[in-house]
Amino acid sequence: MLATVQNCMVIALTVLMLAGAVCACIFKDLISAVIATAFVSLLAALFFFLLHAPDVAMAEASIGAALTTAIFVIAIKKTARSEEE
Amino acid sequence: MAGMSKIFYLVFIGAGIVLCFIRMIKGQTAADRTMALDTVTTVTTALIVVLAFMLKRAIYLDVALVYALLMFIGSVVIARFLERGL
Amino acid sequence: MLAAGAILTAIGALFLFVGSLGILRLPDVYNRLQAGTKCTTFGSFFCIIGVGIMEPGWFWKCLIIALFILLTNPISNHALGRAALKSGVPLCPKNVVDKSKEFKEYRENREEK
Repeated sequence: MLATVQNCMVIALTVLMLAGAVCACIFKDLISAVIATAFVSLLAALFFFLLHAPDVAMAEASIGAALTTAIFVIAIKKTARSEEE
Repeated sequence: MAGMSKIFYLVFIGAGIVLCFIRMIKGQTAADRTMALDTVTTVTTALIVVLAFMLKRAIYLDVALVYALLMFIGSVVIARFLERGL
Repeated sequence: MLAAGAILTAIGALFLFVGSLGILRLPDVYNRLQAGTKCTTFGSFFCIIGVGIMEPGWFWKCLIIALFILLTNPISNHALGRAALKSGVPLCPKNVVDKSKEFKEYRENREEK
């Protein structure tokens, strides 16, 4: 029963990650795109956790969600915030 | 009975993640989306602890520790940017 | 012991769900912040402590995780609310009282005198 639940969670996480990645491409406001990217990497960490790889999940959580977000925000501050048509 | 209660936890916490995700897609301002990110971090920490209990591995709690410590840096950085400071 | 931990975790899961529902349904950034901070902190605290009671060997580690959440979650949400107020996110139209606007007017009046 536990394996069935894990399979259902993996499928749901895949759908959510795809939707988040499409949103990161669509958004015009770059801060919103960065937030969507952070969402995707957060769900990717959960995905690695479900695949029994806690060390990879730790690295993904620290690098993907915290450091990448901070570096992207600094880059956006030095350039422009919204994407031009 | 015990299996049903575990499925109850997973369904409710997973529904919380999905609802926060819908708010992230719909949200009008950037503050809405940042708030959804911050909330989904906390919900995911609770989900990881419950999953570690279900899989019976004590090492999986470290992932929850890293989540709780590091994820708030991202939302604080975005909040400082929205305040025009950094 | 097992039943007490299961009940605590069930209460926490219910609160997490209700908080996420509030995030989806409430009309305003500030209302959503209120739902997303209080409900979620309470719910995750109860979830983690309940797991720690169900597995007695993990109790101190679970307590440390819960304390970290209790420390970091209000800090980030407070910074976020302040940022939303300073970047000029409008309040809900049904709102009745706006203390920050009153305080700003009061401070401007005092500086003029």
